[in-house]
Amino acid sequence: MNMTAPTLEVRDLKTHFFTRAGVVKAVDGVSFSVGRGKVMGLVGESGSGKSVTGFSIIGLVDPPGRIAGGSILFQGRDLAKLSEEEMRDLRGNRIAMIFQDPMMTLNPVLRIDTQMIETVLAHKKVSKEEARQRARDTLGMVGIPSPDERLKAYPHQFSGGMRQRVAIAIALLHEPQLIIADEPTTALDVTIQGQILAEVQKLCATTGTSMIWITHDLSVVAGLADDIAVMYAGRIVEKGVVGEVLDRPLHPYTHGLIGSVPSRNKRGEALRQIPGMTPSLLNLPPGCAFRSRCPRASEACLTEPLLAEILPGREARCVHPHLEAPEAA
Amino acid sequence: MNAAPMLELRDITRRFEKKLDFAGRIAQRLGAPVREEVVHAVDRVNLTVRKGEVVGLVGESGCGKSTLGRMVAGILPPTEGTILRDGRDIKALTGAEARQMKLRTQMIFQDPYASLNPRMRVQDIVGEAPRVHGLLDGAAFDDYVDEQMRRAGLDPTFKRRYPHQFSGGQRQRIGIARALAVKPDFIVCDEAVAALDVSIQAQILNLFMRLRRELDLTYLFISHDLGVVEHLSDRVVIMYLGRVVEEADTETVFRRPNHPYTRSLLDSVPRIENRKRAFSVVKGEIPSPINPPAGCHFHPRCPLATERCRVEVPKLREVAPGQRSACHLNDQ
Repeated sequence: MNMTAPTLEVRDLKTHFFTRAGVVKAVDGVSFSVGRGKVMGLVGESGSGKSVTGFSIIGLVDPPGRIAGGSILFQGRDLAKLSEEEMRDLRGNRIAMIFQDPMMTLNPVLRIDTQMIETVLAHKKVSKEEARQRARDTLGMVGIPSPDERLKAYPHQFSGGMRQRVAIAIALLHEPQLIIADEPTTALDVTIQGQILAEVQKLCATTGTSMIWITHDLSVVAGLADDIAVMYAGRIVEKGVVGEVLDRPLHPYTHGLIGSVPSRNKRGEALRQIPGMTPSLLNLPPGCAFRSRCPRASEACLTEPLLAEILPGREARCVHPHLEAPEAA
Repeated sequence: MNAAPMLELRDITRRFEKKLDFAGRIAQRLGAPVREEVVHAVDRVNLTVRKGEVVGLVGESGCGKSTLGRMVAGILPPTEGTILRDGRDIKALTGAEARQMKLRTQMIFQDPYASLNPRMRVQDIVGEAPRVHGLLDGAAFDDYVDEQMRRAGLDPTFKRRYPHQFSGGQRQRIGIARALAVKPDFIVCDEAVAALDVSIQAQILNLFMRLRRELDLTYLFISHDLGVVEHLSDRVVIMYLGRVVEEADTETVFRRPNHPYTRSLLDSVPRIENRKRAFSVVKGEIPSPINPPAGCHFHPRCPLATERCRVEVPKLREVAPGQRSACHLNDQ
């Protein structure tokens, strides 16, 4: 599709957790690619495997979990096959991650400057003064006022939104080609979330950094991302360009998810809801995992459908996709 | 719309004070710059909820919406002001009457994990309060619990299970069954769907709406999620740092917001209809409620602030029929 090679290409990624109760296929055959300077929205509910996908790319899957198959091509190299040493060289340098809770990512007993300078020196041979300069500039870039004084502060002296800005600044220190953001604005207030989203948009546009934005919030993805992949029970059920997927969802799950958003419904009327709840990944029934909650399910759904191109540029994993003309809003 | 007010708050204030300890008092005597810290969580709020209404209470962290909800539910006494329930001052009630009145307001909490006792079975969580308050006798207990669980969309065969054996959405249903078991007519929902996934959130919101019709309930629905509030509420109240800044029916608030804070809040909300566009930005942080800015609390972040906003607290007053707003700009 693209003339230039994508920054990241994930092919048939499988991350399984080998627990005592059985094998949990948290990510089971996920493929997608992210182009240069593009934002890819990875959407799903709790337990859909969206976070584990992110952790797999940056090599932070802890035992009993491990990557059981597939490849993660980043600038031509397969991350799934790198040694721990080689991975450490990339992590925080060429690929960075931003987590949901900034209080958990920052060390509470170290000042911000200590943490930022340490990160700079981990990958670059520069003097401490240059490292401090870089830290200062990055803090300014993410919109922290008077960065010189704020460098000397401890994490608890920042508000939630400011702490998340610091976490973003740390991710940006080495001008990574790829940032994986795992629900970074979920814990923030709306006005602060708006500020962070605006900042991120600006950064991606100016630096050409690619981004994977993991979230459960379709409204955030609608405004921020270029492409979207919807995950359910460890698999991608639908992907495509954001506008097309949201305007005309093909998969019944995407359809139901969009229908559940209150602003998509008439005020006071019952929301269109998806019945039931997400199945346990420990013993998924054979066939389509969404079958038991799907209004369109039939005999044919007993065999697992493949992710197929249903409309030009539009892939979905369903035998009964919504091909009718979209409903008038 | 013009039903009798079910709940009336008059100049309700709640302060949280951190008293100085012994060492602190000595330090103060010796001239150290320590003083008692006072948080004005809720600052002279007036609010009326009529029978059958759903009132949405919206605001960001630290605006006092949860504190207000707790005072309404009777969990927290107000520092100043009066709460009238059906026209009667709840402070003037005593004994059995006060207990009855308290039972009629119930609360549903945000975290379905923390708000249920992990060591109690569902049947006891749901059935304990009505039994203690003499609403049912021993023989009717099982049937009553079954009925409550069914109404909240839970299978009564699970009543001997513990909360950890349920998913988040089901746990929220247990919380709802518990609240409704004492036959209240007023429910305070404090971020009751904030912790749930979108598809589960839709199920719970539908349950709230069905119960409202079936049981003729009145809701105070506290949330930071404007989409949810818009969908559910008849009237919306916006709070900022302990004060009500705007109040109007839902239609008006979302179509013709008056207060600059309401407008910037609405602009910040990501909407699924908006594609790939620049997010608008309210400048600045939410100030600390320990040391709120003088005058209008919103003035440091307000793009339209004038000198007057820095000194004088704006009064909440009618700007259009049924719409009240606290902003000096309406005087010009």
